[in-house]
Amino acid sequence: MSLESGAHTVIWYCFAFLTAGSAAYVVLTRNIVRAAFALVATFIGVATQYLFLQADFLAAAQVLIYAGGITVLLLFGVMLTHRVQGMEMRLEPVKAVPGVLVALGFLVAIGAAISRADWHLVTPVDSSGTTALVGEAIMTHHLLPFEEISVLLLVVLVGALFIARPGHSQSAGEDE
Amino acid sequence: MREYILTLTEPGQLLSGVSFGLASLLVMVASCAAVLGVIALNGMFLVWWERKVSAHMQARLGPMTTGYWHGWLQSIADGIKLLLKETIVPLLVDKPLFMLAPVVIFGSAFMAFVPIPWGEHLIVADLNIGVLYITAITSLSVIGVVMAGWASNNKWSLYGGMRSAAQIVSYEIPVGLAMVPALMASGTLSMQGIVESQAGGFWHWNLFAGGPFTLIAFVVFFIASLAEVNRAPFDLPEAESELVSGFHTEYSGMCFAFFFLAEYSEMFVVSAIASVLYLGGWQCPLGLSLIPGPLLFLAKILFLVFIQLWFRWTFPRLRVDQLMHLAWKVLTPIGFVNVFGAALWLVLI
Repeated sequence: MSLESGAHTVIWYCFAFLTAGSAAYVVLTRNIVRAAFALVATFIGVATQYLFLQADFLAAAQVLIYAGGITVLLLFGVMLTHRVQGMEMRLEPVKAVPGVLVALGFLVAIGAAISRADWHLVTPVDSSGTTALVGEAIMTHHLLPFEEISVLLLVVLVGALFIARPGHSQSAGEDE
Repeated sequence: MREYILTLTEPGQLLSGVSFGLASLLVMVASCAAVLGVIALNGMFLVWWERKVSAHMQARLGPMTTGYWHGWLQSIADGIKLLLKETIVPLLVDKPLFMLAPVVIFGSAFMAFVPIPWGEHLIVADLNIGVLYITAITSLSVIGVVMAGWASNNKWSLYGGMRSAAQIVSYEIPVGLAMVPALMASGTLSMQGIVESQAGGFWHWNLFAGGPFTLIAFVVFFIASLAEVNRAPFDLPEAESELVSGFHTEYSGMCFAFFFLAEYSEMFVVSAIASVLYLGGWQCPLGLSLIPGPLLFLAKILFLVFIQLWFRWTFPRLRVDQLMHLAWKVLTPIGFVNVFGAALWLVLI
Protein backbone atom coordinates (compact mmCIF):
# COMPACT_ATOMS: atom_id res chain seq x y z
CA MET A 1 0.00 0.00 0.00
CA SER A 2 1.50 3.33 -1.01
CA LEU A 3 1.58 6.35 1.25
CA GLU A 4 -1.14 8.02 -0.80
CA SER A 5 -3.68 5.22 -0.63
CA GLY A 6 -2.78 4.67 3.03
CA ALA A 7 -3.58 8.30 3.81
CA HIS A 8 -6.75 7.92 1.77
CA THR A 9 -7.84 5.00 3.94
CA VAL A 10 -7.02 6.78 7.19
CA ILE A 11 -9.00 9.84 6.10
CA TRP A 12 -11.88 7.61 5.04
CA TYR A 13 -12.00 5.98 8.48
CA CYS A 14 -11.90 9.39 10.18
CA PHE A 15 -14.93 10.57 8.23
CA ALA A 16 -16.72 7.24 8.59
CA PHE A 17 -16.23 7.49 12.35
CA LEU A 18 -17.53 11.08 12.31
CA THR A 19 -20.63 10.01 10.35
CA ALA A 20 -21.48 6.96 12.44
CA GLY A 21 -20.52 8.57 15.75
CA SER A 22 -22.60 11.69 15.23
CA ALA A 23 -25.52 9.59 13.99
CA ALA A 24 -25.33 7.49 17.16
CA TYR A 25 -25.21 10.70 19.22
CA VAL A 26 -28.37 11.98 17.46
CA VAL A 27 -30.20 8.84 18.58
CA LEU A 28 -28.75 8.50 22.07
CA THR A 29 -28.66 12.06 23.44
CA ARG A 30 -31.53 13.46 25.50
CA ASN A 31 -30.82 17.05 24.47
CA ILE A 32 -32.83 17.77 21.33
CA VAL A 33 -30.81 20.82 20.27
CA ARG A 34 -27.53 18.96 20.52
CA ALA A 35 -29.15 16.13 18.56
CA ALA A 36 -30.01 18.58 15.78
CA PHE A 37 -26.44 19.93 15.70
CA ALA A 38 -25.06 16.38 15.63
CA LEU A 39 -27.35 15.71 12.69
CA VAL A 40 -25.47 18.46 10.79
CA ALA A 41 -22.24 16.53 11.38
CA THR A 42 -23.91 13.36 10.13
CA PHE A 43 -25.07 15.08 6.94
CA ILE A 44 -21.60 16.47 6.32
CA GLY A 45 -20.14 13.01 6.97
CA VAL A 46 -22.48 11.52 4.38
CA ALA A 47 -21.40 14.25 1.95
CA THR A 48 -17.76 13.27 2.44
CA GLN A 49 -18.69 9.64 1.68
CA TYR A 50 -20.18 10.90 -1.60
CA LEU A 51 -16.88 12.67 -2.26
CA PHE A 52 -14.97 9.43 -1.73
CA LEU A 53 -17.28 7.90 -4.35
CA GLN A 54 -16.44 10.79 -6.74
CA ALA A 55 -20.02 12.07 -6.68
CA ASP A 56 -18.99 15.70 -6.26
CA PHE A 57 -22.30 17.26 -7.32
CA LEU A 58 -24.23 15.07 -4.90
CA ALA A 59 -21.86 15.97 -2.06
CA ALA A 60 -22.30 19.72 -2.61
CA ALA A 61 -26.07 19.35 -2.93
CA GLN A 62 -26.13 17.28 0.26
CA VAL A 63 -24.30 19.98 2.25
CA LEU A 64 -26.31 22.81 0.70
CA ILE A 65 -29.76 21.29 1.16
CA TYR A 66 -29.48 19.05 4.21
CA ALA A 67 -26.75 20.59 6.36
CA GLY A 68 -27.30 24.25 5.43
CA GLY A 69 -31.05 24.24 4.81
CA ILE A 70 -33.12 21.52 6.39
CA THR A 71 -31.32 21.27 9.74
CA VAL A 72 -31.44 25.05 10.08
CA LEU A 73 -35.22 24.92 9.70
CA LEU A 74 -35.28 22.02 12.16
CA LEU A 75 -33.28 24.04 14.71
CA PHE A 76 -35.49 27.02 14.07
CA GLY A 77 -38.58 24.97 14.90
CA VAL A 78 -37.01 23.42 18.00
CA MET A 79 -35.88 26.79 19.34
CA LEU A 80 -39.24 28.43 18.72
CA THR A 81 -41.06 25.77 20.74
CA HIS A 82 -38.33 25.22 23.32
CA ARG A 83 -37.18 28.58 24.58
CA VAL A 84 -39.49 31.16 23.02
CA GLN A 85 -42.78 29.44 23.87
CA GLY A 86 -41.37 27.93 27.07
CA MET A 87 -42.26 24.39 26.16
CA GLU A 88 -39.92 21.73 27.49
CA MET A 89 -38.80 19.38 24.76
CA ARG A 90 -36.79 16.36 25.75
CA LEU A 91 -36.01 13.13 23.98
CA GLU A 92 -37.22 10.28 26.16
CA PRO A 93 -36.87 6.64 25.22
CA VAL A 94 -40.40 5.49 24.41
CA LYS A 95 -40.92 1.75 24.00
CA ALA A 96 -37.21 0.95 24.19
CA VAL A 97 -37.49 -2.82 23.77
CA PRO A 98 -39.58 -2.84 20.54
CA GLY A 99 -37.39 -0.04 19.21
CA VAL A 100 -34.19 -2.01 19.76
CA LEU A 101 -35.82 -5.09 18.22
CA VAL A 102 -36.84 -3.17 15.09
CA ALA A 103 -33.35 -1.68 14.82
CA LEU A 104 -31.71 -5.09 15.17
CA GLY A 105 -34.07 -6.58 12.58
CA PHE A 106 -33.22 -3.77 10.18
CA LEU A 107 -29.50 -4.32 10.81
CA VAL A 108 -29.86 -8.03 10.01
CA ALA A 109 -31.84 -7.29 6.84
CA ILE A 110 -29.29 -4.71 5.65
CA GLY A 111 -26.39 -7.00 6.57
CA ALA A 112 -27.95 -9.87 4.64
CA ALA A 113 -28.50 -7.64 1.62
CA ILE A 114 -24.90 -6.40 1.74
CA SER A 115 -23.38 -9.87 2.13
CA ARG A 116 -25.46 -11.33 -0.71
CA ALA A 117 -24.96 -8.53 -3.18
CA ASP A 118 -22.59 -9.09 -6.07
CA TRP A 119 -20.03 -6.33 -5.58
CA HIS A 120 -17.93 -5.16 -8.51
CA LEU A 121 -14.64 -3.55 -7.68
CA VAL A 122 -14.01 -0.64 -10.01
CA THR A 123 -10.78 1.28 -10.19
CA PRO A 124 -11.28 4.99 -9.59
CA VAL A 125 -11.04 7.06 -12.75
CA ASP A 126 -9.99 10.69 -12.86
CA SER A 127 -13.43 11.97 -13.73
CA SER A 128 -14.00 15.55 -14.78
CA GLY A 129 -16.96 15.93 -12.44
CA THR A 130 -20.46 14.58 -12.48
CA THR A 131 -22.38 17.85 -12.62
CA ALA A 132 -22.78 17.93 -16.40
CA LEU A 133 -23.77 14.24 -16.49
CA VAL A 134 -26.38 14.71 -13.76
CA GLY A 135 -27.74 17.80 -15.50
CA GLU A 136 -28.05 16.07 -18.85
CA ALA A 137 -29.70 13.01 -17.33
CA ILE A 138 -32.26 15.15 -15.51
CA MET A 139 -33.03 17.30 -18.54
CA THR A 140 -33.37 14.43 -21.02
CA HIS A 141 -33.98 10.93 -19.73
CA HIS A 142 -35.57 11.79 -16.36
CA LEU A 143 -37.38 14.97 -17.36
CA LEU A 144 -40.86 13.76 -16.35
CA PRO A 145 -39.96 12.76 -12.76
CA PHE A 146 -38.01 16.00 -12.42
CA GLU A 147 -41.03 18.06 -13.46
CA GLU A 148 -43.28 15.97 -11.24
CA ILE A 149 -41.10 16.77 -8.24
CA SER A 150 -41.33 20.46 -9.05
CA VAL A 151 -45.14 20.22 -9.14
CA LEU A 152 -45.09 18.34 -5.83
CA LEU A 153 -42.91 21.01 -4.23
CA LEU A 154 -45.22 23.73 -5.55
CA VAL A 155 -48.19 21.95 -3.95
CA VAL A 156 -46.28 21.75 -0.66
CA LEU A 157 -45.46 25.48 -0.82
CA VAL A 158 -49.07 26.45 -1.50
CA GLY A 159 -50.25 24.13 1.29
CA ALA A 160 -47.76 25.62 3.76
CA LEU A 161 -48.88 29.14 2.83
CA PHE A 162 -52.52 28.12 3.26
CA ILE A 163 -51.86 26.81 6.77
CA ALA A 164 -49.69 29.78 7.76
CA ARG A 165 -51.81 32.56 6.27
CA PRO A 166 -53.07 35.24 8.68
CA GLY A 167 -56.50 34.50 10.17
CA HIS A 168 -56.30 30.78 9.63
CA SER A 169 -55.25 29.95 13.19
CA GLN A 170 -57.99 32.18 14.62
CA SER A 171 -60.72 30.27 12.83
CA ALA A 172 -59.16 26.95 13.85
CA GLY A 173 -58.60 27.59 17.56
CA GLU A 174 -60.32 30.10 19.84
CA ASP A 175 -57.40 30.58 22.21
CA GLU A 176 -55.41 32.75 19.76
CA MET B 1 -3.42 19.88 -8.33
CA ARG B 2 -1.92 16.44 -8.99
CA GLU B 3 -0.10 17.65 -12.10
CA TYR B 4 1.19 20.69 -10.23
CA ILE B 5 2.59 18.56 -7.40
CA LEU B 6 4.14 16.17 -9.93
CA THR B 7 5.91 19.05 -11.70
CA LEU B 8 7.20 20.28 -8.33
CA THR B 9 8.83 16.91 -7.59
CA GLU B 10 10.64 16.79 -10.94
CA PRO B 11 14.45 17.19 -10.90
CA GLY B 12 15.59 20.78 -10.58
CA GLN B 13 12.31 21.94 -9.11
CA LEU B 14 11.61 23.13 -5.57
CA LEU B 15 10.77 19.69 -4.14
CA SER B 16 12.99 17.50 -6.34
CA GLY B 17 13.54 14.04 -4.92
CA VAL B 18 10.63 14.27 -2.48
CA SER B 19 8.05 11.48 -2.70
CA PHE B 20 4.63 12.35 -4.10
CA GLY B 21 2.78 11.76 -0.81
CA LEU B 22 5.10 14.01 1.20
CA ALA B 23 5.06 16.66 -1.54
CA SER B 24 1.25 16.77 -1.57
CA LEU B 25 1.21 17.06 2.22
CA LEU B 26 3.67 19.96 2.03
CA VAL B 27 1.65 21.68 -0.68
CA MET B 28 -1.55 21.26 1.36
CA VAL B 29 0.05 22.70 4.51
CA ALA B 30 1.47 25.60 2.50
CA SER B 31 -1.95 26.29 0.91
CA CYS B 32 -3.67 26.29 4.30
CA ALA B 33 -1.01 28.62 5.70
CA ALA B 34 -1.46 30.96 2.73
CA VAL B 35 -5.24 31.05 3.17
CA LEU B 36 -4.87 31.70 6.91
CA GLY B 37 -2.43 34.49 6.14
CA VAL B 38 -4.85 36.08 3.68
CA ILE B 39 -7.70 35.84 6.21
CA ALA B 40 -5.67 37.37 9.02
CA LEU B 41 -4.23 40.20 6.91
CA ASN B 42 -7.62 40.86 5.35
CA GLY B 43 -9.28 40.98 8.77
CA MET B 44 -6.72 43.40 10.16
CA PHE B 45 -6.85 45.62 7.10
CA LEU B 46 -10.65 45.68 6.82
CA VAL B 47 -11.17 46.50 10.50
CA TRP B 48 -8.84 49.47 10.15
CA TRP B 49 -10.36 50.47 6.81
CA GLU B 50 -13.90 50.25 8.12
CA ARG B 51 -13.01 52.46 11.04
CA LYS B 52 -11.34 55.01 8.77
CA VAL B 53 -14.15 54.97 6.19
CA SER B 54 -16.86 55.30 8.84
CA ALA B 55 -14.95 58.09 10.53
CA HIS B 56 -14.51 60.09 7.34
CA MET B 57 -18.16 59.59 6.38
CA GLN B 58 -19.11 61.07 9.73
CA ALA B 59 -16.56 63.92 9.50
CA ARG B 60 -14.28 62.35 12.12
CA LEU B 61 -10.70 61.15 11.80
CA GLY B 62 -10.83 57.64 13.29
CA PRO B 63 -7.70 55.99 14.73
CA MET B 64 -4.75 58.37 14.21
CA THR B 65 -2.12 57.61 16.87
CA THR B 66 -0.93 53.99 16.75
CA GLY B 67 1.83 53.62 14.17
CA TYR B 68 2.02 57.41 13.45
CA TRP B 69 0.59 57.28 9.90
CA HIS B 70 -3.22 57.35 10.17
CA GLY B 71 -3.19 54.73 12.93
CA TRP B 72 -2.26 51.91 10.58
CA LEU B 73 -1.02 49.72 13.45
CA GLN B 74 -4.29 49.99 15.35
CA SER B 75 -5.58 46.59 14.20
CA ILE B 76 -2.37 44.85 15.23
CA ALA B 77 -2.59 46.46 18.68
CA ASP B 78 -6.23 45.35 18.92
CA GLY B 79 -5.30 41.86 17.78
CA ILE B 80 -2.62 41.51 20.47
CA LYS B 81 -5.09 42.81 23.06
CA LEU B 82 -7.71 40.22 21.99
CA LEU B 83 -5.12 37.43 22.09
CA LEU B 84 -4.17 38.32 25.65
CA LYS B 85 -7.72 38.77 26.93
CA GLU B 86 -9.32 36.06 29.02
CA THR B 87 -12.01 34.00 27.32
CA ILE B 88 -14.90 34.23 29.74
CA VAL B 89 -17.31 31.30 29.67
CA PRO B 90 -20.51 32.18 31.55
CA LEU B 91 -21.77 29.63 34.07
CA LEU B 92 -25.02 28.55 32.45
CA VAL B 93 -23.94 28.25 28.82
CA ASP B 94 -24.00 24.97 26.94
CA LYS B 95 -20.21 24.74 27.10
CA PRO B 96 -19.34 22.32 24.24
CA LEU B 97 -21.61 24.13 21.79
CA PHE B 98 -20.44 27.52 23.11
CA MET B 99 -16.83 26.66 22.31
CA LEU B 100 -17.64 24.96 19.02
CA ALA B 101 -19.64 27.84 17.50
CA PRO B 102 -16.68 30.17 16.66
CA VAL B 103 -14.85 27.16 15.16
CA VAL B 104 -17.80 26.35 12.87
CA ILE B 105 -18.20 29.94 11.70
CA PHE B 106 -14.49 30.45 11.13
CA GLY B 107 -14.16 27.02 9.48
CA SER B 108 -16.84 27.79 6.93
CA ALA B 109 -15.26 31.17 6.15
CA PHE B 110 -11.85 29.48 5.83
CA MET B 111 -13.02 26.70 3.52
CA ALA B 112 -14.77 29.16 1.20
CA PHE B 113 -11.32 30.46 0.13
CA VAL B 114 -10.33 27.16 -1.45
CA PRO B 115 -11.72 27.54 -5.02
CA ILE B 116 -11.09 31.29 -5.43
CA PRO B 117 -8.87 31.91 -8.46
CA TRP B 118 -6.25 34.59 -7.81
CA GLY B 119 -4.47 34.35 -11.12
CA GLU B 120 -3.99 32.13 -14.11
CA HIS B 121 -2.26 29.40 -12.06
CA LEU B 122 -2.81 30.81 -8.60
CA ILE B 123 -5.62 28.80 -7.00
CA VAL B 124 -5.68 26.41 -4.06
CA ALA B 125 -7.93 23.88 -5.80
CA ASP B 126 -9.86 24.43 -9.03
CA LEU B 127 -12.96 22.40 -8.20
CA ASN B 128 -15.32 21.29 -10.94
CA ILE B 129 -18.21 22.36 -8.75
CA GLY B 130 -16.51 25.56 -7.53
CA VAL B 131 -19.54 27.84 -7.33
CA LEU B 132 -21.76 25.14 -5.87
CA TYR B 133 -19.04 24.33 -3.31
CA ILE B 134 -18.84 27.94 -2.15
CA THR B 135 -22.63 28.19 -1.85
CA ALA B 136 -22.71 24.97 0.18
CA ILE B 137 -19.82 25.90 2.48
CA THR B 138 -21.01 29.44 3.17
CA SER B 139 -24.46 28.09 4.02
CA LEU B 140 -22.81 26.29 6.94
CA SER B 141 -21.87 29.53 8.70
CA VAL B 142 -25.50 29.91 9.79
CA ILE B 143 -25.13 26.70 11.79
CA GLY B 144 -22.39 28.40 13.81
CA VAL B 145 -24.50 31.52 14.31
CA VAL B 146 -27.49 29.50 15.52
CA MET B 147 -25.16 27.43 17.72
CA ALA B 148 -23.68 30.55 19.32
CA GLY B 149 -27.14 32.05 19.82
CA TRP B 150 -28.47 28.92 21.45
CA ALA B 151 -25.46 27.99 23.57
CA SER B 152 -25.12 31.50 25.07
CA ASN B 153 -28.30 30.93 27.12
CA ASN B 154 -29.22 34.58 26.63
CA LYS B 155 -32.49 35.66 25.08
CA TRP B 156 -30.94 38.40 22.94
CA SER B 157 -28.41 35.94 21.60
CA LEU B 158 -31.17 33.44 20.88
CA TYR B 159 -33.18 36.07 18.99
CA GLY B 160 -30.04 36.98 17.05
CA GLY B 161 -29.42 33.36 16.15
CA MET B 162 -33.00 32.81 15.05
CA ARG B 163 -33.12 35.98 13.00
CA SER B 164 -29.92 34.88 11.32
CA ALA B 165 -31.34 31.44 10.55
CA ALA B 166 -34.46 32.90 8.95
CA GLN B 167 -32.47 35.53 7.08
CA ILE B 168 -29.77 33.32 5.63
CA VAL B 169 -32.14 30.53 4.59
CA SER B 170 -34.33 33.11 2.83
CA TYR B 171 -31.54 35.00 1.10
CA GLU B 172 -29.84 31.87 -0.16
CA ILE B 173 -32.55 31.69 -2.81
CA PRO B 174 -32.01 35.12 -4.44
CA VAL B 175 -28.24 34.60 -4.17
CA GLY B 176 -28.50 31.27 -5.97
CA LEU B 177 -30.84 32.66 -8.62
CA ALA B 178 -28.58 35.66 -9.21
CA MET B 179 -25.62 33.34 -9.82
CA VAL B 180 -27.41 31.41 -12.56
CA PRO B 181 -27.18 34.02 -15.39
CA ALA B 182 -23.39 34.22 -14.99
CA LEU B 183 -23.13 30.43 -14.94
CA MET B 184 -25.23 30.20 -18.11
CA ALA B 185 -23.06 32.79 -19.84
CA SER B 186 -19.84 30.99 -18.86
CA GLY B 187 -21.13 27.44 -19.21
CA THR B 188 -19.16 26.05 -16.26
CA LEU B 189 -19.26 25.82 -12.47
CA SER B 190 -15.48 25.98 -12.06
CA MET B 191 -14.38 29.37 -10.72
CA GLN B 192 -11.25 29.35 -12.87
CA GLY B 193 -13.32 28.38 -15.94
CA ILE B 194 -15.72 31.28 -15.31
CA VAL B 195 -12.84 33.75 -15.19
CA GLU B 196 -11.25 32.30 -18.32
CA SER B 197 -14.51 32.61 -20.25
CA GLN B 198 -14.46 36.38 -19.66
CA ALA B 199 -11.06 37.09 -21.23
CA GLY B 200 -10.38 40.13 -23.41
CA GLY B 201 -11.71 43.38 -21.98
CA PHE B 202 -14.65 44.45 -19.87
CA TRP B 203 -17.14 44.14 -22.75
CA HIS B 204 -16.61 40.37 -22.50
CA TRP B 205 -17.48 40.30 -18.82
CA ASN B 206 -20.54 38.36 -17.73
CA LEU B 207 -21.91 41.67 -16.46
CA PHE B 208 -22.79 42.54 -20.06
CA ALA B 209 -23.23 39.02 -21.45
CA GLY B 210 -26.99 38.86 -21.01
CA GLY B 211 -28.02 42.43 -21.81
CA PRO B 212 -29.95 44.06 -18.95
CA PHE B 213 -30.58 40.74 -17.23
CA THR B 214 -27.02 40.04 -16.10
CA LEU B 215 -26.67 43.65 -14.93
CA ILE B 216 -29.74 43.24 -12.74
CA ALA B 217 -28.52 39.82 -11.61
CA PHE B 218 -25.26 41.39 -10.43
CA VAL B 219 -27.16 43.99 -8.39
CA VAL B 220 -29.47 41.34 -6.93
CA PHE B 221 -26.46 39.19 -6.06
CA PHE B 222 -24.73 42.07 -4.34
CA ILE B 223 -27.79 43.04 -2.26
CA ALA B 224 -28.64 39.46 -1.29
CA SER B 225 -25.04 38.60 -0.45
CA LEU B 226 -24.98 41.54 1.98
CA ALA B 227 -27.81 39.81 3.81
CA GLU B 228 -25.98 36.47 3.63
CA VAL B 229 -22.99 37.90 5.48
CA ASN B 230 -25.08 39.84 8.03
CA ARG B 231 -23.83 43.23 6.89
CA ALA B 232 -25.80 46.44 7.30
CA PRO B 233 -28.52 47.23 6.28
CA PHE B 234 -29.24 43.56 6.96
CA ASP B 235 -27.35 43.20 10.25
CA LEU B 236 -30.44 42.25 12.25
CA PRO B 237 -28.82 39.19 13.87
CA GLU B 238 -26.36 41.41 15.70
CA ALA B 239 -28.20 44.74 15.82
CA GLU B 240 -26.19 46.47 18.59
CA SER B 241 -28.97 48.82 19.63
CA GLU B 242 -31.75 46.27 20.07
CA LEU B 243 -30.09 42.87 20.59
CA VAL B 244 -26.88 44.02 22.32
CA SER B 245 -24.80 42.47 19.49
CA GLY B 246 -27.04 39.41 19.19
CA PHE B 247 -25.42 36.04 18.82
CA HIS B 248 -21.95 37.04 20.06
CA THR B 249 -22.96 39.04 23.16
CA GLU B 250 -21.50 36.50 25.57
CA TYR B 251 -18.22 35.96 23.75
CA SER B 252 -14.95 37.59 24.72
CA GLY B 253 -11.26 37.42 23.87
CA MET B 254 -10.18 35.21 20.99
CA CYS B 255 -13.61 33.58 20.55
CA PHE B 256 -15.04 37.03 19.87
CA ALA B 257 -12.15 37.78 17.53
CA PHE B 258 -12.95 34.66 15.53
CA PHE B 259 -16.47 35.93 14.86
CA PHE B 260 -15.06 39.16 13.55
CA LEU B 261 -12.35 37.51 11.46
CA ALA B 262 -15.07 35.31 9.95
CA GLU B 263 -17.33 38.27 9.23
CA TYR B 264 -14.62 40.22 7.46
CA SER B 265 -13.41 37.23 5.49
CA GLU B 266 -17.00 36.49 4.44
CA MET B 267 -17.30 40.06 3.15
CA PHE B 268 -14.11 39.46 1.22
CA VAL B 269 -15.33 36.10 -0.13
CA VAL B 270 -18.70 37.38 -1.39
CA SER B 271 -16.92 40.26 -3.10
CA ALA B 272 -14.51 37.77 -4.64
CA ILE B 273 -17.41 35.63 -5.89
CA ALA B 274 -19.17 38.68 -7.32
CA SER B 275 -16.04 39.75 -9.18
CA VAL B 276 -15.39 36.21 -10.46
CA LEU B 277 -18.98 35.75 -11.63
CA TYR B 278 -19.61 39.16 -13.17
CA LEU B 279 -16.46 41.32 -13.22
CA GLY B 280 -14.00 39.00 -14.89
CA GLY B 281 -11.98 37.94 -11.82
CA TRP B 282 -8.29 38.52 -12.49
CA GLN B 283 -8.83 39.59 -16.12
CA CYS B 284 -7.78 43.10 -17.09
CA PRO B 285 -10.71 45.46 -17.90
CA LEU B 286 -8.96 46.59 -21.11
CA GLY B 287 -7.77 43.15 -22.22
CA LEU B 288 -4.11 44.05 -21.61
CA SER B 289 -1.67 42.09 -19.48
CA LEU B 290 0.37 44.96 -18.02
CA ILE B 291 -0.90 44.68 -14.44
CA PRO B 292 -0.61 41.28 -12.72
CA GLY B 293 -3.91 39.44 -12.41
CA PRO B 294 -3.89 39.02 -8.61
CA LEU B 295 -3.57 42.79 -8.16
CA LEU B 296 -6.50 43.46 -10.50
CA PHE B 297 -8.56 40.85 -8.70
CA LEU B 298 -7.70 42.40 -5.33
CA ALA B 299 -8.64 45.86 -6.65
CA LYS B 300 -12.05 44.61 -7.81
CA ILE B 301 -12.67 42.86 -4.48
CA LEU B 302 -11.66 45.91 -2.45
CA PHE B 303 -13.89 48.12 -4.60
CA LEU B 304 -16.90 45.90 -3.78
CA VAL B 305 -15.87 45.76 -0.10
CA PHE B 306 -15.73 49.56 -0.10
CA ILE B 307 -19.32 49.68 -1.38
CA GLN B 308 -20.28 47.33 1.47
CA LEU B 309 -18.68 49.71 3.99
CA TRP B 310 -20.34 52.66 2.29
CA PHE B 311 -23.76 50.93 2.58
CA ARG B 312 -23.21 50.19 6.24
CA TRP B 313 -22.64 53.82 7.12
CA THR B 314 -25.38 55.13 4.82
CA PHE B 315 -28.51 52.99 5.11
CA PRO B 316 -30.56 52.40 8.26
CA ARG B 317 -31.25 48.83 9.32
CA LEU B 318 -34.34 47.09 7.91
CA ARG B 319 -37.12 45.72 10.10
CA VAL B 320 -37.58 41.93 10.19
CA ASP B 321 -40.78 42.04 8.13
CA GLN B 322 -39.21 44.41 5.57
CA LEU B 323 -36.27 42.02 5.33
CA MET B 324 -38.51 39.05 4.54
CA HIS B 325 -40.62 41.15 2.18
CA LEU B 326 -37.50 42.15 0.25
CA ALA B 327 -36.23 38.56 0.02
CA TRP B 328 -39.41 36.77 -0.95
CA LYS B 329 -41.53 39.35 -2.75
CA VAL B 330 -38.90 41.51 -4.46
CA LEU B 331 -35.55 39.78 -4.97
CA THR B 332 -36.78 36.21 -5.57
CA PRO B 333 -39.29 37.13 -8.34
CA ILE B 334 -36.69 39.42 -9.95
CA GLY B 335 -34.24 36.52 -9.76
CA PHE B 336 -36.63 34.16 -11.55
CA VAL B 337 -37.44 36.69 -14.30
CA ASN B 338 -33.71 37.32 -14.67
CA VAL B 339 -32.86 33.65 -15.15
CA PHE B 340 -35.55 33.34 -17.81
CA GLY B 341 -34.63 36.60 -19.53
CA ALA B 342 -30.90 35.90 -19.51
CA ALA B 343 -31.50 32.42 -20.95
CA LEU B 344 -33.60 33.90 -23.79
CA TRP B 345 -31.01 36.62 -24.42
CA LEU B 346 -28.14 34.13 -24.55
CA VAL B 347 -30.02 31.83 -26.92
CA LEU B 348 -31.48 34.46 -29.25
CA ILE B 349 -28.84 37.22 -29.33
